[in-house]
Amino acid sequence: MINQLSSSSVGKKIIMSITGIFLCLFLVVHLSGNFLLFKNDGGAAFNHYSEFMSTNIFIRIGEIILFIGILAHIIDALVLTIKNKQARPIQYFMTDPSANTAFTSRFMAITGLTVLIFLVIHLRTFMVEHRFYEAKETMFDSVKTAFENPYYSSLYIVAMVLLGFHLHHGFQSSFQSLGINHNKYTPLIKKLSLLFSIIIPFGFATMPAYFYFKQFIK
Amino acid sequence: MKFKLMIWRQQDPKSKGKFVTYEITNISPDMSFLEMLDVLNEELTKNGEDTIAFSHDCREGICGSCGIYINGRAHGPSKATTTCQLYMRNFTDNETIVCEPWRAKGFPVIKDLVVDKSAFDRILRCGGYVSVNTGSAPDANLIPISKKTADEAFDAAACIGCGACVAACKNASAMLFVSAKVSHLALLPQGYPEKHERVMNMISAMDKEGFGNCTNTGACEAECPKQISLSHIARLNRNFISVVVTSKDK
Repeated sequence: MINQLSSSSVGKKIIMSITGIFLCLFLVVHLSGNFLLFKNDGGAAFNHYSEFMSTNIFIRIGEIILFIGILAHIIDALVLTIKNKQARPIQYFMTDPSANTAFTSRFMAITGLTVLIFLVIHLRTFMVEHRFYEAKETMFDSVKTAFENPYYSSLYIVAMVLLGFHLHHGFQSSFQSLGINHNKYTPLIKKLSLLFSIIIPFGFATMPAYFYFKQFIK
Repeated sequence: MKFKLMIWRQQDPKSKGKFVTYEITNISPDMSFLEMLDVLNEELTKNGEDTIAFSHDCREGICGSCGIYINGRAHGPSKATTTCQLYMRNFTDNETIVCEPWRAKGFPVIKDLVVDKSAFDRILRCGGYVSVNTGSAPDANLIPISKKTADEAFDAAACIGCGACVAACKNASAMLFVSAKVSHLALLPQGYPEKHERVMNMISAMDKEGFGNCTNTGACEAECPKQISLSHIARLNRNFISVVVTSKDK
């Protein structure tokens, strides 16, 4: 079955959509947990949550599955993108892509790559620092310090906009790749996709914005 | 009307092509795009120059032979039309019109604007048919098929294999073409029994021809002269999944 999926173009798209939906679900979980940052208790609840997330055995197993999902999504995307580039060795002199496609659907590789670069920076700042080094401060303080830096918080907000573009096409496209296309439900899925691509990145972006502006309000 | 035409000229599949600019005058707005090229070719012949090669046959939008990438769009700016059904009134006077052949690894250029679309025939040979003799046309309503299903099958069967889907797709994917064939046959009782073998064989033939992957941008559907819907691609995906999940092969 894995062989059938990975050797065919349609199969590769199915892997892409299943891992994509899985990563969308992760975003929901990650965002919900992070809302604890807004609890006005000096970070006690958030630190407790982050301690639990990094020590609980079931969460750790889930984390391994998550990394496999991310890796599969990236490798599959790489293979598909290379194949797609090879399929048109000579480019058109003149193209008018905005006449027939949404721009989010045309830049999936670029928005995906930006999200990946962001992910590396994000993991380096928070996860690697606390998991593999002796962190001098609590997770809440790390988040606070990072987001009080205007460059770091603007990087986050820009990355979230690009994540939104990626989700706008990715969310609804995964249903089509899985063969879910229906006169009644597809317009609904497309609306949901737009909503998801706004709400999730907006939710994440409120965090750097909150900490950045909060430092000026004493 | 008069136009400035930038046309891709390429002597043979191996030579390097280039754009050549032509000026053309006295064009009636009611001429089709191909008739306009005919006029230009007449002039080229008179001047002893090599005429521009382009494919055409029926010139009534039903054969799928013609296909030029005009001003960055497959079959030009009009919706649901083939190049032969595109009229010069859709352009403005003095407009510069860029004409390119379909660009895809699976469609190598033969000469000028003519591409080799035999990849589509090879894909069809891998399952785009019913492999048993189903006899002559049966009496009407002998095999009951609902109107809805018959209409859907017919919508898919309207594909003329012009290749605009491949030309318009940013990945040069042939999924709309392949899915139209898969869908059309899978929906009807004669083609239904072989739908699983068909989908697997046709997808692997498509992959072998070097076409790209479907990224669901919808460019194919928007440019298809027969307005074949993306829902057929979804049906192909469903058939593929059902084979992968239920297949008894280890």
